[in-house]
Amino acid sequence: MSETTHGQKAPGDHVPEDDLAPGEERDTAAILRGVRGYLVGLVLATVLTAASFWAAGSGLIYGPGVPVALVALAVAQMGVHLVFFLHVTTGPDNTNNVLALAFGTLIVALVLVGTLWIMAHLDHNIMPMDELMNMQR
Amino acid sequence: MAHAATPGGSGHHDPHRLGHGEVPVSERGPAPKRIVVAYGFWIFLLSDFIMFATFFAGYAVLVSASAGGPTPRELFDLKLVAWETGALLLSSFACGMAGVAMQARSARWFQLGMAATAILGTAFLAMELYEFTHLIGEGAGPGRSAFLSAFFALVGCHGLHVALGLVWLTTMMAQVWAKGFRDDIVRRTQCFMLFWHALDIIWVALFTVVYLLGAGA
Repeated sequence: MSETTHGQKAPGDHVPEDDLAPGEERDTAAILRGVRGYLVGLVLATVLTAASFWAAGSGLIYGPGVPVALVALAVAQMGVHLVFFLHVTTGPDNTNNVLALAFGTLIVALVLVGTLWIMAHLDHNIMPMDELMNMQR
Repeated sequence: MAHAATPGGSGHHDPHRLGHGEVPVSERGPAPKRIVVAYGFWIFLLSDFIMFATFFAGYAVLVSASAGGPTPRELFDLKLVAWETGALLLSSFACGMAGVAMQARSARWFQLGMAATAILGTAFLAMELYEFTHLIGEGAGPGRSAFLSAFFALVGCHGLHVALGLVWLTTMMAQVWAKGFRDDIVRRTQCFMLFWHALDIIWVALFTVVYLLGAGA
């Protein structure tokens, strides 16, 4: 990615120029680069998906390790989608997009971890329903 | 956009122009509209991810609350899920191809790519609807248990997004067909493509958390 565009690129945006003269065509090298990027993404995503289904079904992985493997594979695949399909990169033209993504990820993590943590505690401390019924009599 | 002269001639050694003799970002004036539009849509997508996170959290809390009814392990058909995953992944790829065709301003390849995206997306939705009707027919509808309510809410919310995406997709095909690659239409189509790829990201989380963890672990 050595296009020297000024300003940042938007996510999923890989146009080197803003403008074309009438009748002008984009160069084929850019098309080939684009297609190749998506092909690499497709292959990686397919491999990771296949690995996920295999890890869940094969029984070859140590039981308690299966969820860990599945989550790791899912996170890897989301990264593949972000990089190859949404074109989120670490380049300086992507700073704003990456910062927004980081903030979104933080909120998602807070919602998920916070909910599971609190609800697990509640579940642990709450009185079972039948005992609660007995107390009310 | 202002192209500042680089006194030291550092442009060649600094492919990303990290600031040597460059006009600072804060002084370059407003960003082009395609960047502002796509960035705004990116913020929307991130907020959509956060909404899905709440559904995921709800599902994770309720997954064991099957109220004596069917559990995830008994319900899910991983073969169908694998087909769904393949259809959605390929449709995401076809959408990317349509995007490349749009950059090259090739209307024919664009329409072809979008049509392939639409067909694969419809196939995904058809399989999901088949699964839902099948579950409801077995008496495992959303009213059976808290687990199934959360399941239908989470997976149904993703399916609703895909259905709305298909409406948007056909709208963009029609607009490009009728008006060509006008700047505003290209911006809209670019937003649609971000949306479609984002749905595939959600599906990765979905098939992992709901189906694979449900059936395996």
